[in-house]
Amino acid sequence: MMTSVNKVTRVLAGLWIAGISATVVAAQTQQPGEVTLPEAQAGQYQHQAPRLQDIETDPDLHPELRRVILKGRDLFMNTQQLRGEYVFNDMTCKSCHMGEGRMAWSGPVWPAATTLPDYRGKNGHVNSLEERIAGCFSYSMNGKAPEYGSDTMLALVAYHQYMAKGAKVYESNIAGRGFASLGKTIPEGTNDARGKQVYEANCAVCHGSDGAGKTADGQVVFPPLWGDGSYNWGAGMTRVFTAAAFIKNNMPLGQPGRLTDQEAWDVAYYINGHERPQDPRYTGDAKATREQFLNFHKATRYGTEVDGVVLGQHDNTGEKPFLKPANLKPRTFE
Amino acid sequence: MMKLKWTAFVVLAGCSLIMTPLGVAKDSSTTGDPERGQQLALQGDGSGAPCLACHGAMGEGNAAAAFPRIAGLNEDYLFRTMQAYQQGTRVNPAMSMNIDNFADADLRDLAAYFATLPVAEAGTEHSEVAPELLALGERLVTNGDWDAYIPPCASCHGPNNQGVDGNFPGLAGQHASYIKQQLLAWQQGQRRSDPLQLMEAVAKRLDAEQIDAVAAYLARQPAL
Repeated sequence: MMTSVNKVTRVLAGLWIAGISATVVAAQTQQPGEVTLPEAQAGQYQHQAPRLQDIETDPDLHPELRRVILKGRDLFMNTQQLRGEYVFNDMTCKSCHMGEGRMAWSGPVWPAATTLPDYRGKNGHVNSLEERIAGCFSYSMNGKAPEYGSDTMLALVAYHQYMAKGAKVYESNIAGRGFASLGKTIPEGTNDARGKQVYEANCAVCHGSDGAGKTADGQVVFPPLWGDGSYNWGAGMTRVFTAAAFIKNNMPLGQPGRLTDQEAWDVAYYINGHERPQDPRYTGDAKATREQFLNFHKATRYGTEVDGVVLGQHDNTGEKPFLKPANLKPRTFE
Repeated sequence: MMKLKWTAFVVLAGCSLIMTPLGVAKDSSTTGDPERGQQLALQGDGSGAPCLACHGAMGEGNAAAAFPRIAGLNEDYLFRTMQAYQQGTRVNPAMSMNIDNFADADLRDLAAYFATLPVAEAGTEHSEVAPELLALGERLVTNGDWDAYIPPCASCHGPNNQGVDGNFPGLAGQHASYIKQQLLAWQQGQRRSDPLQLMEAVAKRLDAEQIDAVAAYLARQPAL
């Protein structure tokens, strides 16, 4: 009898503790079920990208085109099928372009289809959609692009283009483009020590304390954030402001807006203060490469000292057996 | 009277267990002692029902009663789960009462034992379900519903939803009744053991039909 009374007490105590933790959670800025994303600003253009069901049922699509768009979608979602050929790390398109590349604040891909060809500061010339996709392969996936005009490239382009169905062409004031900006200046006081704390508390459960991500049955589940399996030093995500905005509006998975702006800055700074495969534009000297591409690298920690070591001063290209893919070359239109 | 009844049950069930060879461990890095765990599973914690009373002699669970299949689940996950019941971050009166006397070392051994038990063939779910519901379940599980900020299950639960580690358990081949019960538990604040409220956030965005659909579909997928 004593025992069962005791047990009822314990169960009640358990319920009470659960109630307490509920209170603690409520003190946080956002409830777990809530999604906090930036609001579109007045005058900004918004577009609802088609869903998978739309691709499958759109009566305007020739069956062969439907097949190619779906192939492009499959390449986008399961890019590791190109591992060793075009992809030389653990990343996929959807690692950064979450929500099927359709969602605002998650790097939606349709603006690439509506605003390119356009001049890009990153390489200083007018880029096509294919060339923009090639950039992701060269940097974020530490590889090289499928050949321009190839079936693989055309299928990817078809998926991008279809995501833009009905959207206004060459409209540049777009809500939710990229990951949304927290500003481009790293706030004063942003540091590795706090970044590490934020990382251990919010990121390590999936991406590991060593940043290597996690696999199951040989497949990548959580992508690596640094090291050989991650994006290289030329990827847009190495810019601290890009990573901070991505994290703020996409991480932890399913809880955008959970971290404060400063937490996002600190953890982005910490993640991007770790080594990763070499920038394909490397000249043999990281500091010199940083200076040469300062327009890009002023936002990264590449070529700067962390704990007395210059980040990026190495010949490690990860799994990739070359440094620079051939399609990374200037255009002059002469 | 209760005590006698349990003893008889345990002896009978124990005989059938002893005759069944242990399955091959999925993970060789197990930290608990599965043999001792087997003994503890048969004995219970000294003041309650033994594990097999609800979870079955082979850890297969019971679909009708929403008792989960625990055979073949990740060892760390099983350990964390039992700890959560002791600590109150998961709430289930039967579980809490029946494992409250176990020490952490006991829980480790129990986890090691159930993690090594072989998983039954897929398709243990025989109940009738509407094809439309299964189709909705397949779509949600495979693609999620990003417009409602519901990521696909495999984003965290791994390829074919067969689990990743102690934080992200296998869902495939679990009883639909249990999956549904747990999604509701998250919605009602009775399950708070998930890291960073990762699952709580998603569970709270699911409606009743989506829960039924996801549970029905996952239950019909191969656990291994």
